[in-house]
Amino acid sequence: MLESFQIIISLLDSTIRIATPLIFCAMAGIFSERSGIIDIGLEGKMLLSAFVAATATFLTGSPILGLFGAILASCSASLIHGFACITNKGDQVISGLAINILASGLTITLGIALFSRGGQTPPLASEQRFMPIDFPFLDQLSFVPVLGELFVEVISGHNVLVYLSVLAVFFTYYVIFKTRFGLRLRAVGEKPEAVDTAGISVIKMRYQSILIAGMLCGLAGAYLSIAHGAGFGREMSAGKGYIALAAMIFGKWNPIPTLFACLLFGFLEALGVRLEGVELIWIGEVPVQVMQALPYVLTVVLLAGFIGKARAPGAIGVPYSKES
Amino acid sequence: MKTIEEKGGNETVDSLPPSTRLAIELKNITKIFGHVVANSDVNLKVLAGTIHGIVGENGAGKSTLMNILFGLYKPDSGTIFLNGQAVDVNSPEKSIALGIGMVHQHFMLVPTFTVLENAMLGNEGSMILKNGEKAVLDRLKGLSKNYGLDVDFEAIISDIPVGMQQRVEILKALNRGAKILILDEPTGVLTPQETIGLFDILRSLRDQGVTIILITHKLKEIMSITDTVSVMRGGKVVANFSTEKTSPEELAENMVGRKVLLSIKKPTLKFGNPVLEVKNVSHESKDGVNVLKDISFDLKEGEILGIAGVAGNGQSELLDILSGIETLQRGQITVNHKTILPYQDWNSKKAREFGVAHVPEDRHKRGLVLPFYNYENSILGYHRNEKYFSSFLMDKRKIVNFVDDLIENFDVRPRSSSISSGKLSGGNQQKLVLAREIESNPNILLVGQPTRGVDIGAIERIYEDLMKLKSKGTAILLVSVELDEIMSLSDRIVVMNQGSIVGETNSSNATELDLGKMMSGLEQV
Repeated sequence: MLESFQIIISLLDSTIRIATPLIFCAMAGIFSERSGIIDIGLEGKMLLSAFVAATATFLTGSPILGLFGAILASCSASLIHGFACITNKGDQVISGLAINILASGLTITLGIALFSRGGQTPPLASEQRFMPIDFPFLDQLSFVPVLGELFVEVISGHNVLVYLSVLAVFFTYYVIFKTRFGLRLRAVGEKPEAVDTAGISVIKMRYQSILIAGMLCGLAGAYLSIAHGAGFGREMSAGKGYIALAAMIFGKWNPIPTLFACLLFGFLEALGVRLEGVELIWIGEVPVQVMQALPYVLTVVLLAGFIGKARAPGAIGVPYSKES
Repeated sequence: MKTIEEKGGNETVDSLPPSTRLAIELKNITKIFGHVVANSDVNLKVLAGTIHGIVGENGAGKSTLMNILFGLYKPDSGTIFLNGQAVDVNSPEKSIALGIGMVHQHFMLVPTFTVLENAMLGNEGSMILKNGEKAVLDRLKGLSKNYGLDVDFEAIISDIPVGMQQRVEILKALNRGAKILILDEPTGVLTPQETIGLFDILRSLRDQGVTIILITHKLKEIMSITDTVSVMRGGKVVANFSTEKTSPEELAENMVGRKVLLSIKKPTLKFGNPVLEVKNVSHESKDGVNVLKDISFDLKEGEILGIAGVAGNGQSELLDILSGIETLQRGQITVNHKTILPYQDWNSKKAREFGVAHVPEDRHKRGLVLPFYNYENSILGYHRNEKYFSSFLMDKRKIVNFVDDLIENFDVRPRSSSISSGKLSGGNQQKLVLAREIESNPNILLVGQPTRGVDIGAIERIYEDLMKLKSKGTAILLVSVELDEIMSLSDRIVVMNQGSIVGETNSSNATELDLGKMMSGLEQV
């Protein structure tokens, strides 16, 4: 009994760690896609910013500067995306894919050129990373059964970016549904003509949205390489951008349901890791690959069947042009 | 850009009532898209506090001109004066600030938003929605009451009827402080009742000092509501009139550039045998609504039976069943002496084999594949005919030859079989669909809304073609929401309301008033 409680606690703990970059990315996706711009490039932006975060931190010794570097890199990629498909009305999926391919190649090439470590950046020391924060009164609370332990093990003891990701969800929700900017952003993704004829620039709205998406993606990248990890490894985003995209669709482009979708995907991955090499009743030992495939299988199943009527923003993927 | 002075020119300004100041003056506006001159040296004057109509056929440049005035398009040359001041309207933002509001033909509403959210978009009152909402709502409610613009502020746009959506558009414009209101083809989507309601609103706006520009191609509306009117043709303003001093005939002549016959000569001939008999047909929609209730009628050779009714009272479903698109659920249909029973094998292919041709209500959705070329669209549904084949392959040359003739005979413009049908004007698309169906030599022709969004010139032609077909002995079932059309074309009229036939009359005894009463379900005959 006690042991299984311990297992659950540690599962939840890893769920949160794994879900954090998903949450940042999915919120980025919501900003971008709610404004009508498909954001396949989440993956690439995250990878690029993870590399820049690790590199900048290694060179300057400051994780804060690393974080800014990451945001800058990710926003630059957003601007490329915007230039291609807002200004020049290019295909948004193609442009996003191009960013992913560019990020994958560029990080390895630059990594080798700078550090000659096969694409990795040198490991970072603890003081160069965002380290776990322990909440006050932990000692007292740990005596409270269940809840206390839950607090100490699961809620407390993460790095600052984890908490920031939760804030990002509420920030996204508030901005999108409660502010003037959000009303216009949703309108521009549903019916840009309505925004244009209301005397608001569609192009400006969309650039603003993708820049916010860029910032959030930068946080996700920084989390990977200078908070959760201690340096950049090649392809370290490992498909998380796509999973975040799936979580966003699963959450129907709404921040709160999307948060839960991210946590679900995080939990599945944590479960997969946990069950590696474990004998299960009835089934026996499940091959590692099956467990690793689980989140992706679930993505397909959920997207294909369960969510049914996920309604994408009306004007998503359609470049806006007046004179047509 | 040289202008050829055409009849009417500027004669008018003098004939206008010398009352007040000009709200709008456009001078020498020219706009060119690629190779197409949409507006060429256009001059226009509108007095403050009047309703000014702009008529013209599709493609005459009306919408382009208004989009220039609203700042959506930039003119290549020319000047805009508002209240006597030259202004540079280079964006909707600017035009809104100058007090111009526009209700577009295709509404600029976010379908997933509430009425309130749509009305406040761009004029939210505060960075945080909640802080501004109350003030905006109060202002909107005031406007709504003042001008009789009845809307439900909490409703989602996609759930409310088109008439209300339009009122939201007007509210939106007023909320932004519009003193000049442009309406682009506002009645195209409205029922007769909604149109009357809209006109009441427009009159009340005018009486309270709003200047209104009404773009339309419906002459009846121009005559009934405008104070002054300009006619556009081929990108130019070709005539200006004071409404009370002109007539529909004169306007039509200026629109088309030649005399137009607005009345129809109906051939008199004896009807033959009944070819279509509908007995006790009932139908339940997918949502479980009884959309047709016990419908019975028959139709004879050479007869035109008009089905009148406000849109959405079962006419579309009836057409769908008769043309084989929908399965027959209850009752029976006899087509050319062949009887179709419920859930029998009945589809549009079979309908064609039985001699039933169908001009669908929505030509974009069902009549044509818009990106297809004319020669492809002209044989759709009849493409199995062996005259289009050489051995087992379709023969493009044969098809194109056939379609070239078809396009010539039915006056489809431009005369090209190798242009995609989406590039044709509404009227020419309709002529193309009609040509295809008539060419199949049907015994029975089902026609839905034959002149929806169609120019006068094309309407004249379509009516002519229908009459020609009638005199050949084809039975025609005509469904239309245009009462004028039903009354002038049909021999006999049945009226549908909520899925039932509520009345039948000979067209010679029918009056608009009686039919209107039956259509609204007030009176059973």
